[in-house]
Amino acid sequence: MLIKLKVFRFDPEKEEKPTYQTFEIEADPMDRLLDCLNRIHWEQDPTLSFRMSCGHGVCGSDGMRINGICGLACQKLVKSFKEEVLIEPLPVFKVVKDLVVDLGPFFEKYNSIKPYLTTKTSPPDQERKQSPEEHKIFEEAIRCILCACCTASCPVNQNKETEGYVGPAALVRAFRYLFDSRDEASEERVALLDQKDGAGGCQTLWKCTEVCPKEIPVTKQIGRIKKRIYDAR
Amino acid sequence: MITQHDIVIVGAGLAGLRAAVECVDQADVAVVSKVFPTRSHSGAAQGGITASLGNEEEDHWEWHLFDTVKGSDYLGDQDAVEIMVRDAPRVIYELEHMGVPFSRTPEGKIAQRNFGGHTRDYGKKPVKRACYAADRTGRVVLDTLYDQCLRHQVKFYSENYVLSLVFDGKRCAGVVTYDLATGELHLLQAKAVLLATGGCGRIYKTTSNGFASTGDGIHLAYQSGIPLEDMEFIQFHPTGLYPLGILVSEAARGEGGFLRNRLGERFMERYAPMVKDLAARDVVSRAILTEIREGKGISGRGYVHLDLTHLGEEKIQERLWEIASFVRIYLGIDPVYDPIPVQPTCHYVMGGIPTDVDGRVLMDEKGTIAQGLFAAGECACVSVHGANRLGCNSLLDLLVFGRRSGLAMKQAISKVEHGTLTKDSLRATEEKIKKFFNVRGKEKIGEIRQRIQLLMMEKGSVFRNEEGLKKGIEEIRSLMEHYKNIGAVDKRKAFNFELMEAMELGHQLSLSEVILFSALHRRESRGAHYREDFPVRADRYFLKHTLVFQTPKGPDIRYKPVKITRFQPEARVY
Ligand SMILES: Cc1cc2nc3c(=O)[nH]c(=O)nc-3n(C[C@H](O)[C@H](O)[C@H](O)COP(=O)(O)OP(=O)(O)OC[C@H]3O[C@@H](n4cnc5c(N)ncnc54)[C@H](O)[C@@H]3O)c2cc1C
Repeated sequence: MLIKLKVFRFDPEKEEKPTYQTFEIEADPMDRLLDCLNRIHWEQDPTLSFRMSCGHGVCGSDGMRINGICGLACQKLVKSFKEEVLIEPLPVFKVVKDLVVDLGPFFEKYNSIKPYLTTKTSPPDQERKQSPEEHKIFEEAIRCILCACCTASCPVNQNKETEGYVGPAALVRAFRYLFDSRDEASEERVALLDQKDGAGGCQTLWKCTEVCPKEIPVTKQIGRIKKRIYDAR
Repeated sequence: MITQHDIVIVGAGLAGLRAAVECVDQADVAVVSKVFPTRSHSGAAQGGITASLGNEEEDHWEWHLFDTVKGSDYLGDQDAVEIMVRDAPRVIYELEHMGVPFSRTPEGKIAQRNFGGHTRDYGKKPVKRACYAADRTGRVVLDTLYDQCLRHQVKFYSENYVLSLVFDGKRCAGVVTYDLATGELHLLQAKAVLLATGGCGRIYKTTSNGFASTGDGIHLAYQSGIPLEDMEFIQFHPTGLYPLGILVSEAARGEGGFLRNRLGERFMERYAPMVKDLAARDVVSRAILTEIREGKGISGRGYVHLDLTHLGEEKIQERLWEIASFVRIYLGIDPVYDPIPVQPTCHYVMGGIPTDVDGRVLMDEKGTIAQGLFAAGECACVSVHGANRLGCNSLLDLLVFGRRSGLAMKQAISKVEHGTLTKDSLRATEEKIKKFFNVRGKEKIGEIRQRIQLLMMEKGSVFRNEEGLKKGIEEIRSLMEHYKNIGAVDKRKAFNFELMEAMELGHQLSLSEVILFSALHRRESRGAHYREDFPVRADRYFLKHTLVFQTPKGPDIRYKPVKITRFQPEARVY
């Protein structure tokens, strides 16, 4: 089928403002949108820039705004669109070129929540024990691939006044460690998260949950963090 | 710009990150990666990591050793395999202590599952040896190691593309990188360089590998005078989604799934009576393609069915969530109710840069060490996988030998000072880039790449023969001529992916030639290398490792012996 991709183009070094360029390609209905972008890049316009890596929704490189909704280009099939698809970079972040955005601030926030297991007791010779039930609590959270779709979709992050909010992706990772039975730093974690721009920044608007390509119940997990903070007060 | 570090690691997959974690306490370590670290293809590993923990049933490292050697069709170096399997339990506990969220047994221990070729009591029946986190094992280990690197302040050069290795006399003394964001070239000087650049699966059209798996590091070494070992051994994983090639992990069969042909028959019972669907990958891939050749593919087409429908929704949701989601998204069917169409897909390169068991790169068949240069992970060939790798042994290899390389580099740098590199070292690379931008060629990168990928499927995949291989080499050489005429359209600096793809294409072309050349000269069938014209293993002539050297006249072949310690070659039946 013939499909039109209306693509956001911008080279901040050379251009004052972005433009949109429409490409037409003949695609199989089962093709991924990423396949279409690749074919444009390979066959029509090598100057089109976008990120990609694994092509099947595990690396998190190709997050972008597709018809207004953030998602992974490799997870969307041509058949689910009518004639024209609007393709834009993730909002919230600064555009570096075309669909490539600067994720530096995203990873800084991620890093700020101390994304590593912290233990104080020395480990046993073998594994630390953890029951399947304890593991299950964060099983969904470890699906996160850091694609930044949730943070880019969050109205709190989108709002200039509240953009300091650490954002849903960092909070999912914080949840994963806060609720890991092996972690021994919950007090510090709670203190770190109990801030205006921490879990308190979430206004329960559910956008993150709606867009998550890995179906993580993001808002619910942030809610559980908030409850944990509340209980500790 | 020249920047100095003690150690420069190229690659942020599990091999590179594990090495970084090991040496950051005593060295200034920088990791360079063309993709953001957590986008490395190690994150796509689904099934697990092997170790004879015995958490689910009796297991011993000696059994793991035997299975790996047999799986390698007796080409793996047994001294190296022994180091790997004995170290495996420690490696797993160490990961667990770092925070890897492994799935658990009811007693709270790390859960383990079956995987192809892993057996109890020297081949008697399948054993649960693969430690896993559902079907996202690679991803969670990658995340954990990345987090450890952040914690210990490893310096990352993300989205930096390594264009060349820099030598100070005979010593490797750094790399030249191309910063994708700015288009600038940098010289990173180092006392030790580790190549951990992963595999080259993107040489083939149907593959489970990501776009970045173009074999850059393997070819950078080859260009620098390092031979490549055992490159004829390319693994095709039996179960790639049809037609995309996306992997459906062996975990699906480990959890009880099986293969069926057009007649609904569980055909693996005929090919591997003892362990059936859990035979080694080369065996299962050939079986599937034989069924298809005999017209027993589904609807007479190029695929068979992987049937999970008897496993039940709960097990599939809990242990195979990712796989189920791929099938739903890309095929629009539900594996809980429908069998999955699968075909063999290019998955792993057993060969690579020859190293000793501490990651030191070897320059010839005598084992001369290349100063300052190390390699680990899929780009290296220790060799622990020989002619065919067993499932879940790769992550183990990355972690064991990534760590050992880290230790060896720490030791090595204590004895060297930075040499005097000048900007001259940058010049050759600068010239190359300039030339690329100035050529007004007509050839298109995408077209040449497509032709390589089709050609390699046809002549250099699961079934090979002399005529095809010769023809393949000829065609690759003619494509090399075309390659000289590729033209650059994108002249801008920031995120110019065209330049990177052009360099990758050069690597892919040259490695294709090495693969076909090595395959042509191995006139026997062993592991993943199957010659229709020489269908049996010929230990008398070919129980040896291939080494291919680059010379002005083209590739030159030599051999070196296999290290055999405990297990003499036997017939390989499953
Ligand atoms: C889909 C899939 C599933 C798998 N499942 C399993 C499994 O369950 N168990 C198992 O044991 N094995 C599995 N494997 C195999 C295993 O995952 C790989 O062999 C392994 O991850 C390779 O790791 P690596 O660290 O060597 O390289 P990679 O993880 O591929 O990383 C390569 C790194 O090198 C960088 N790089 C490459 N070239 C350059 C350059 N020129 N400049 C700068 N940086 C560069 C990349 O950016 C990347 O960071 C699987 C493989 C695939 C494809």
